[in-house]
Amino acid sequence: MTDVVMPQMGESIVEGTLTKWLKKPGEHVERDEPLFEISTDKVDTEIPAPVAGTLAEVLVEEGKTVGINTVVGRINEAGGDGARPQSPAQQGPAAPPAAAVPPQRPAPSPPAQTSPPPPPAPAPNAHAAAQGQELGVRPGMGEPDFVSSPAPAPEAMQRAGESQGPLSPLVRRMARENNIDLNGVKGTGAGGRITKQDVEAYIAQQKGAPAAAQPRQPAPAVRPAAPAPQKAAQQAPQAPQTPVEAPPDSYTPPTRAQAKTRIEPMSTMRMKIAEHMVLSQRVSAHVTTVHKVDMTKVAKMRDRHRDDFQARYGISLTYLPFVARATVEALRTYPLLNASIEGNNIIYHNEINIGIAVALENGLIVPVIRNADEKNVLGLQRAIVDLAARARSRHLKPDEVQGGTFSITNFGSFGSVFATPVINQPQVAILGVGMVEKSPVVIDDAIGIRSISYLSLTFDHRLVDGALADQFTAKVKSVLENWSEEVL
Amino acid sequence: MRSCCWRDVGRLEYGEAFELQKALVAERKRGEIPDQFLLVEHPHTITLGRNGHLENLLAREEVLAQAGIAFHHTDRGGDITYHGPGQIVGYPIVHLREWKRDVVAYVRAIEQVMIEALADFGIAGGRVSGMTGVWTGGKKIAAIGVHISRWVTSHGFALNVTTDLSYFQYIVPCGLVKPVTSMAALGAAASREDVMGRLAFHFGRVFQCEMVEASVSAAV
Repeated sequence: MTDVVMPQMGESIVEGTLTKWLKKPGEHVERDEPLFEISTDKVDTEIPAPVAGTLAEVLVEEGKTVGINTVVGRINEAGGDGARPQSPAQQGPAAPPAAAVPPQRPAPSPPAQTSPPPPPAPAPNAHAAAQGQELGVRPGMGEPDFVSSPAPAPEAMQRAGESQGPLSPLVRRMARENNIDLNGVKGTGAGGRITKQDVEAYIAQQKGAPAAAQPRQPAPAVRPAAPAPQKAAQQAPQAPQTPVEAPPDSYTPPTRAQAKTRIEPMSTMRMKIAEHMVLSQRVSAHVTTVHKVDMTKVAKMRDRHRDDFQARYGISLTYLPFVARATVEALRTYPLLNASIEGNNIIYHNEINIGIAVALENGLIVPVIRNADEKNVLGLQRAIVDLAARARSRHLKPDEVQGGTFSITNFGSFGSVFATPVINQPQVAILGVGMVEKSPVVIDDAIGIRSISYLSLTFDHRLVDGALADQFTAKVKSVLENWSEEVL
Repeated sequence: MRSCCWRDVGRLEYGEAFELQKALVAERKRGEIPDQFLLVEHPHTITLGRNGHLENLLAREEVLAQAGIAFHHTDRGGDITYHGPGQIVGYPIVHLREWKRDVVAYVRAIEQVMIEALADFGIAGGRVSGMTGVWTGGKKIAAIGVHISRWVTSHGFALNVTTDLSYFQYIVPCGLVKPVTSMAALGAAASREDVMGRLAFHFGRVFQCEMVEASVSAAV
């Protein structure tokens, strides 16, 4: 197997985007035949195969940007022009991709290759050495610093990490985070470079056999030696929530040097949230518009019916179902806000399914009120209370968090006046509800006291323009300010 | 000193120019010819790079056809661009192994050639970080899109001399919502021939090669 790496196309270039694979996995490729294309700046470059063989693996998919020297695929030379007997000498884990090294190269050796080992017999790819000047020096672009580079002697590799060619930022980081001396790690990547897999294997090895199944675990070396005092320090700002766990007077200063950080793996939910937020920011053109809404009429109705509502239905009446009801009206009027984008198509959803963001102890989930347009304030309030309660007790069914066509987030309940929420993909807008607060307002040149709330709509400018977003929000505002529906 | 053969190919349809480049690239790779610097003018054409986004084409292909604009998908870097009369399109076919093996340095050098040529006509062209091309006063005057195969370059740049800028309305040039301009729009009364001469001159200086003008008949 020969690794194919992202080549460095210039001094200042640290990464490239793989734009197109010109061969499919399983397809045969000749040495020097264009294998994939990369893009850097405004330049597209064809990258030829370093050896002949079968494209065995594609490790980086089209459209992905990766650092230089990242292995993007592997070529299996067996049966190709570069076929060689599988001599045992080449089978060790540190065996360099020997087929990429013309052993009897006529050109001067690069400095890294001061004392190459005697070429293993039979000479792999011997024909490469016999090629003309343009292609004969090496496969690939004909440059030593390209697709797999000449392998240093295995002994040298074990001696010093630096002599193994450039280390990828990922490998450096893994080494730093896991406190690993790379000199002890055998590189199996192109030219004996240390790959992520090598580091993972090394960590697993260090931890003993059982750890092999979970190689991503941080090495014990960085785990804090004395967790209790650090925990207290970490949690001090959250004291009101966990007062028992870490009373300040139980704090004892550490006697020995302690780690300055504490490492904790993210929960699955946290990883999903992180992934989704970044994806959303990348996918959508986020713009937020804010409208000031006079909620006085709704507030009065709510005050009037709150006790009755509680008595009759056993749930409290909040502002949120009013906002949801008004949102449904606006979505009916402006169906583009209830759409999503798929390729170059606009998908209009005939159902109005409103997601309600629910804050959990260590995360957030957005259960969906299905067919929200078929519910009145009572139905919406019931659905919100039910979904929020089951979200917090982790009793939501999978289909209750899917299929939303629009979302509402009620950060006002935490005291926020207005915020700029992130769109819940693949939706195209999200409405944020700020705190309802009594404020002085000028009405007909007199100052009055009104219950004011700011509604912020974040919309995807790919599909929704500012004018439409404002018409939509103005519609929500208008329904709320002129509330006419009975709630009991 | 290396030599570079430059020539004014004149008006050439985009597809034909592409075929001509392909043939020259193949010859250059085989070492049969020195570096080439073709200067061309295309009829109304819109081209979309490999990484281009079709949404940056603001008119449907039928509309373009009606307006007499050809549309091509092409294998250069960059997004969408317009070519047409009054624009000098430069196609350098350079073996970067004999200059610098650095694609970014190459793109910067192409910009430098144009910046210096524009300066000869009193136009202060410059670079905008992260937006390849040549800019003046916040407007784009020249676009760049390059393809490289085994260190041999093709495609190149498009410099607006007397381009009818209204044709850019059909596209979002290079996917950037930024205005475009031309030398004429900036008040430079330069002929196509004059500009080509200065481009060839500065090309030789920047790429450190001797520019040899070839006759068109020998080229095509």
